[in-house]
Amino acid sequence: MLVHSRAGRWTAWTVFFVLFLPLFALPFLVVLAASFATHWSGALPSVPTLAHYREALHGDSLHALTTSLLTATGASVSALVLGGWAALAAERLPRRLRRVVDALFMLPLAVPSVVVGLCLLVAFSQPPFLLNGTAWIVVLAHTVLVTAFAHQSVGAALTRLDPAYEQSAASLGARPLYVLWRIRLPLLLPSLTAAAGLCFALSMGELSATVMLYPPGWVPLPVRIYSATSRGSLFEGAALAVVMMAATLAVLLGVSRIRNRAAHR
Amino acid sequence: MSAAGGVRLDGVTVAHGGTTVLDRLDLSVGPGEVMALLGPSGSGKTTALRAVAGFVRPSAGRVLIGGRDVTGLPPYRRGIGMVVQQYALFPHLRVEQNVAFGLRARRTPRATITGRVTEALEMVGMAGYARRHPRELSGGQQQRVAIARALAIRPDVLLLDEPLSALDARLRSGMLAELARLHRELPHVSILYVTHDQIEALTLADRVAVLDQARLRDCGTPYELYRTPRTAFTASFVGNANLLPVRGERDGRVRLADTPLRVASGAAGPGAGAEATVCVQPHLLRLLPAPDAVGATGGAGSANVLRGTVTAVQWRGHTHRLLVDVHGHEVRADVGDLRQPPAAGDEVALAVDPEDTVLLPGGLTDGGHRG
Repeated sequence: MLVHSRAGRWTAWTVFFVLFLPLFALPFLVVLAASFATHWSGALPSVPTLAHYREALHGDSLHALTTSLLTATGASVSALVLGGWAALAAERLPRRLRRVVDALFMLPLAVPSVVVGLCLLVAFSQPPFLLNGTAWIVVLAHTVLVTAFAHQSVGAALTRLDPAYEQSAASLGARPLYVLWRIRLPLLLPSLTAAAGLCFALSMGELSATVMLYPPGWVPLPVRIYSATSRGSLFEGAALAVVMMAATLAVLLGVSRIRNRAAHR
Repeated sequence: MSAAGGVRLDGVTVAHGGTTVLDRLDLSVGPGEVMALLGPSGSGKTTALRAVAGFVRPSAGRVLIGGRDVTGLPPYRRGIGMVVQQYALFPHLRVEQNVAFGLRARRTPRATITGRVTEALEMVGMAGYARRHPRELSGGQQQRVAIARALAIRPDVLLLDEPLSALDARLRSGMLAELARLHRELPHVSILYVTHDQIEALTLADRVAVLDQARLRDCGTPYELYRTPRTAFTASFVGNANLLPVRGERDGRVRLADTPLRVASGAAGPGAGAEATVCVQPHLLRLLPAPDAVGATGGAGSANVLRGTVTAVQWRGHTHRLLVDVHGHEVRADVGDLRQPPAAGDEVALAVDPEDTVLLPGGLTDGGHRG
């Protein structure tokens, strides 16, 4: 506790609730309430129902959920491999060249994601690189968008990693690949899982590049939420949103369990 | 184990972006010899060790291990054991896995590994901790495991980089004895031991290489370096000696300001008027009884007498350290625990036998080191 006086602590809590509740908690609570509602004309929603959830976990909506989960898994794993590999490789580069590589990886963050989507659409609509109309172009777009985070968090973890570990390992006769596999990757595991969680969550919620690219058979959940709400089915959209939050949260919790195990060894 | 162990550095130079951190180092460590690399921080001693380990590439010169030129070889093909200051035990592996690491990396058969791990852990008295993780061990225990890990691969050369500096004083002296015992048990292993602590170097090493400012300043047995240093730097860094600038007299004696000094017979005196340096270790100075301090030289016999004013008195338990201003030079004297120590401002006379002084040619231009 940084605040020592009783009055100070009360003030801090009050400010926290005044700011936190309306800004963060309330919108979530409203969506949660709306997902169970049939009508919402008064102060509170009326006629509670589970119909929206039945809808959200069947047919096309369920398909959208699995589509999102698969896309996010594919994108975060590829991002982790590509971004992590690049960070490991860039470590040996001269400082100036490393900055250039870092900047290249940050580029998709600086560019609006709609533009990223457009770029991919233009680039992969002609043979031999014809990905437009397939699920791959969505996974590719998500990978491009989240690799920056994987690259940056692995890169940051690498600079904190004491070189004495790999040097001791090398002096004991371990080749670089063995050192990477047995020493460096296990030591990086906490940041790798953190990066994976971040990439997964970002990919689950990605909409703006996705709308430009998704083919008919590969509709991720955010697109479905967007179309539900834009045609006026607010409560159905709310139920889908809650499902999406729950699924994302479940995966993140699973990942953080791995991380805790890694950190406690 | 090959009979031809040992390490040789042939004119090894290491430069980092224009600064020479190691300048043409020639050094040879015989099989089974313990060589200490002693020097202040920035002297290049750790760089020399890292050049042997293969973590820095010399810009000139060669490194030979067991007679084989390893200058171009990566660290993992050099077959050396290394222990670093912060131990660098792998935090995610148990003690036994740490010790087995080098053997696994070399694809040693599993059956051999178990025996070697137990043997290495027993050697450092850590056999009971095999299942622990490094974070569950104290600093001293981690140090032992780090040594066991380096020994498990049965290297011909063991590199120790300030291995005791992270331990507290009491543990340090215990580990020092332990290292000496380990070396008796492994008489064929050459040890290169980097330290800035002259006690560690003097206790453990067969020979000591003194480095300063990227250069080898002196190399010899601990006793030689301590009692008959060849450079002023060695005298002050290893022997902790007072360095007194003197001038040669016509009769072969020397003079500190207007105090004539006799030095050990056999030492060639400097020419008349030439600059020289007299080295006197603090514990070899005696405090003459107070009534004699002014005037007479009673009790001093044939000893040299230095008169001066006490500037500070530090009690160190078993000794009093007196800082005495002698003709504008600060002289440190360690005298046995005194019942009535002099106070700052007192006039005192210090005596030192000519045999306990070392005369070095040249002034103090190459810089002493105050320890």
